[in-house]
Amino acid sequence: MKKSVYSICGMCTVRCPIRVETEDNKVTWIEGNQHLLGGALCAKGSAGTALVADTERPQQPLIREGGRGAGRWQKVSWPTAYDYIAEKMKKIKKEHGPESVVLSSRGGPWQSMYKTFIHAYGSPNYTDHDNTCGRNTHHASLSLNGVGRTGFIYDIKNAKHLILFGRNMFASLRIAENLQTMDMLEKGGRLTYVDVRQSMTGLKATRFFQVRPGTDYALALGMIHEIIRKEAFDGEFIDKYVTGFDELCYFIEQYTPAWAAKECGIKEKAIKAFVEEVIEDRPKVIFHPGWNLSRYKDSFYASRALHILNVLMGNIERKGGLLIPKGPGDCGVKGIRNLDCPKPDIKRADGVGWKYKHFDKGPGLAHLFFDAMRTEDPYPVKAWIAMRHDPFCAMPDPQRQKLLFDQCDLLVSIDTHYSEFGWYCDVILPESTYLERDNPICVQKGLKPRLAVRRKAVEPEFDTKPAWEIFKQLATRLDLDEYFPYNTIEDLWKWQLEPTGYTMEDFEEKGFVSLTDEPVMYDAANLENQFGTPSGKIEILSKKLDDAGLPSLKEYASPIKPAKGMFRLVFGRSAVHSHGHTINNPLLSELMPENSLWINTRAAKKLGINKGDLVDVTAEDGSYGGTVHANVTDFIHPEAVYTVHGFGRQIPLQNRAYHAGLSDQKLMVGKLDDWDQAGGAINLCESFVVVRRSVRNPKRRVEL
Amino acid sequence: MNKYMIYLNKKRCIGCHGCEVHCKTNKNLPVGPYLCEISHDPLVSVKGVPKTEFVFRSCYHCDDPFCVPICPTSAMIKRPDGIVYIDQEKCVGCMACAGACPWTIPQLNPETRKAVKCDYCMDRVDAGMKPACVTKCTTHALKFVTLVEV
Repeated sequence: MKKSVYSICGMCTVRCPIRVETEDNKVTWIEGNQHLLGGALCAKGSAGTALVADTERPQQPLIREGGRGAGRWQKVSWPTAYDYIAEKMKKIKKEHGPESVVLSSRGGPWQSMYKTFIHAYGSPNYTDHDNTCGRNTHHASLSLNGVGRTGFIYDIKNAKHLILFGRNMFASLRIAENLQTMDMLEKGGRLTYVDVRQSMTGLKATRFFQVRPGTDYALALGMIHEIIRKEAFDGEFIDKYVTGFDELCYFIEQYTPAWAAKECGIKEKAIKAFVEEVIEDRPKVIFHPGWNLSRYKDSFYASRALHILNVLMGNIERKGGLLIPKGPGDCGVKGIRNLDCPKPDIKRADGVGWKYKHFDKGPGLAHLFFDAMRTEDPYPVKAWIAMRHDPFCAMPDPQRQKLLFDQCDLLVSIDTHYSEFGWYCDVILPESTYLERDNPICVQKGLKPRLAVRRKAVEPEFDTKPAWEIFKQLATRLDLDEYFPYNTIEDLWKWQLEPTGYTMEDFEEKGFVSLTDEPVMYDAANLENQFGTPSGKIEILSKKLDDAGLPSLKEYASPIKPAKGMFRLVFGRSAVHSHGHTINNPLLSELMPENSLWINTRAAKKLGINKGDLVDVTAEDGSYGGTVHANVTDFIHPEAVYTVHGFGRQIPLQNRAYHAGLSDQKLMVGKLDDWDQAGGAINLCESFVVVRRSVRNPKRRVEL
Repeated sequence: MNKYMIYLNKKRCIGCHGCEVHCKTNKNLPVGPYLCEISHDPLVSVKGVPKTEFVFRSCYHCDDPFCVPICPTSAMIKRPDGIVYIDQEKCVGCMACAGACPWTIPQLNPETRKAVKCDYCMDRVDAGMKPACVTKCTTHALKFVTLVEV
C-alpha cells in the first residue's frame, strides 16, 4: 500500500521538513517539504533509506557481558533492559543520591522529555553536546544581548552582505538558510568568508580572507576599528539601545586594520576595501556570530566581537539583518504543552550556577562533570545516560574519558546507531530511526512561527523503540509516571495540543501548522524590552563577566605558533556526513569512505609529502596516531592541517566505518581540560600534531 | 532531436553530491553504480578567491546513440522524445552498451546483474514530474529543461 507522510528529517540536527513516500512499509521516496523547501534535500537526507535498511546498527537492547568496550553483548528484551536500568538507578539513588546521575543529550526541540525524566528522578544534572558546539556563541550573545544564540534569526534573503567567520554553511547544510543565501547572491549580494582554508562556502564568496589559525578575533577587532574610525555605525541605534560604546571606542584604538592585517597574514587594503563595502550595504549586513565556535582560546571574545559588529550595523529587527524569532504568543495563539518537571534544588555537579555563575544553567557544561567524577566534589557522579549524545566522539581524548567514566556504576546509551560511547556502555537501548518513530510536537519559532511534528513513515525494521516510549517505560519503573501523562503518542500529542485548539488533522495538509499568515515583526524603533540584560540594553561591558573576574573587552593575545614539524589541528565537516552519525551509512560511506589530511603545499614539500601520499598523524605526546591520505593544497594556511570530524571509529560491527580515516578528537590528547573560562566551551582547535610521510607508502611488493 | 536536458546552474551548485544520492535512492541502486555525478576542477584563485566550476554529468541521451544498435537483445531503446533507456526485462547484462558508449555511461547493477543508466526518471517525467536529481537538488541548481527549436 502506498502512503505519503510529512515529517522531520533526522539525518543531522538541522531537522529539515520532509515528505516521505512508502510502499508496503518500505521508504520509496524522501523529499524536502515542498511548502517550505521546494523539495530540496541533501545527500544525507536521501540516504535515510539506507539508514533504515542498515543491519549494522543495534537491533534489540544489549547488555554488556564482558569488560567495558570488549564488545561482548547479551541480546535482551526491552522489559529486561528497562528493569536492569531501573534497578541500577534505584540502587545508585539509595547509595549516592539521585544527583549522582547525569543525562546528556544532543539538545534540540524534544529535550524537555529527557530533562523531565532526570529532574523527576531527582538530579539537576541535565547536559548536552553544546560544550563542543555553540556554547561560546551562546554565552557571547547572552553577555551582550541578554538573549542566547537562538535569540536571533538571520534574514539572509534580504541582506546585501553576509560575513561568515569559518561558518561553512554549504557543508553544514541548513537547507532553508542555504536557499536564502543563494537567492541573496543571485540578487547581487556579497558574501565575505573568513577561514584558515578554502571550503565549499568560500567558493561562493565575493571576498575571502585566508587567515592565520586562531586570529579571527584580531580580524574582527580590526573591522570594528575601521568601522568606528569611518563612523560607519548606526549612531542612533547605539544611543538608544547600547551601553559601553565609549569604552569600546577607547579599547579599539590600538587594533588598527594594519595591525589586524599583519596578525592575520592578510592585506590591510583588503580590510579597508571590505569596510567600504559594508558602508554601502549597511544596515543590510549580517555578521554571522558563529555556530561551532568551540575552537580557539578566544573564540568567545571573537563571537562577542562579531555580535558587536552587528550592533554597530544597527541591524536588529531590520529587514536583511538580525531578526527576533517570534513564538505562539506573538501570533495571539496559546503555546503547546511540554513535559516539565522543575529542576531539583541541588548544586549541579559541573559547578554551573554556583561555582561558575556566568554560564547558562540550562544544560551546564558536559566536560565539567569529569572533574566531579575524579574528585567526588561536590559529590560523586555514578551514572551517565547518553541520549543520542556521543561523549567519545564529541569531546577530546576519549582515552582519558574512559578512565573517568570507569568511576560510574552505570553507563547507558540511547541511540539509533552504535556510538563510540555506546560501545563502552553497560546498556545500549536502540532507538528507532527518525523514519520509524514519532516524536512529540514542537514549536519552530521564526517570523512565521509554526508547530511541527515528526511522524513515523514505516514500522521499525528491528526491535527498536521511540524515545517517548523508552522514557515512559523507564519512568514507570522508577515511579515517575505522573510526569509522563500518556500511554501512546496520540495521547501525548492530544495533551500537547489541548491549549492551542489545533488537532493532529491540522498537520495533514502541509506537515506543519502555521501560526500566522503574515510575518510578525516588532517595531525596530521600539525594542526596549527585547534585551534580557540587567540594564535592558545591549551591554558591551557585562557585569556578569566583571563579577566572574573576566574582562568584557579582552586584550588580544596572539596564538602560539606550532613547533617545528608540527601543525595546528583544525576540524570541520563535509556536506555528505553528519559527524560520527553517518560514517557507516552505506550510501554516504560510498561517497566519502574516509577523511584525508589537508596540508599546505609548501609545508608538505618540506616534509617530502606529495598529493595522495599516506601520512602518519600523531598526537603531541605520541600516544595516538592514524594514517590517512594527504590532500596537498595551496588553500590552507601553512600552520594548520585540516580533517573532517567523525572518522577513525573503532566499532568492529560497523564494517564500513571501522578504522576508516582519522579521528581528530583522539588526537587531542590531554585537551579535555582545555576549555574557555569565559565562554565555557572546549577549545577544540588548540591541539598540535606531528605529520610525517608514512612508511606505509608502498615502495615495492615482495609477497608472492 | 532530444526534447529534454538537465541543466546545471553552476552559480548555485555547492558540490554537495545530493543529486547522486537522490538518483540512487529513487532507482533503488546498491553501492556501486552512479547514474549521475558532480565533479569539479582543482581550485584556481580568481581575484583572491579560490574558485572552481562544477560539472554535472549523466547520460547524454545522444541523438544517434552507439549503445542502442549494439544491444544484442534490443533492450536499449531511444524514445521519440529522445530519452534513451534500458528495458530491464530484456537486458541480459552483457554490457556491450558500456563498451560502445564513448563515456562508458551504462553501468552494471551488481544486484540485478543488469545494465543501468540515467533515463531522466522517465516514469516521473511521464507522470508530469521532474527527475529525482532535479526535484530534490539542495540549492535548486539543477533544472529540467524542455528544448524548443527556434
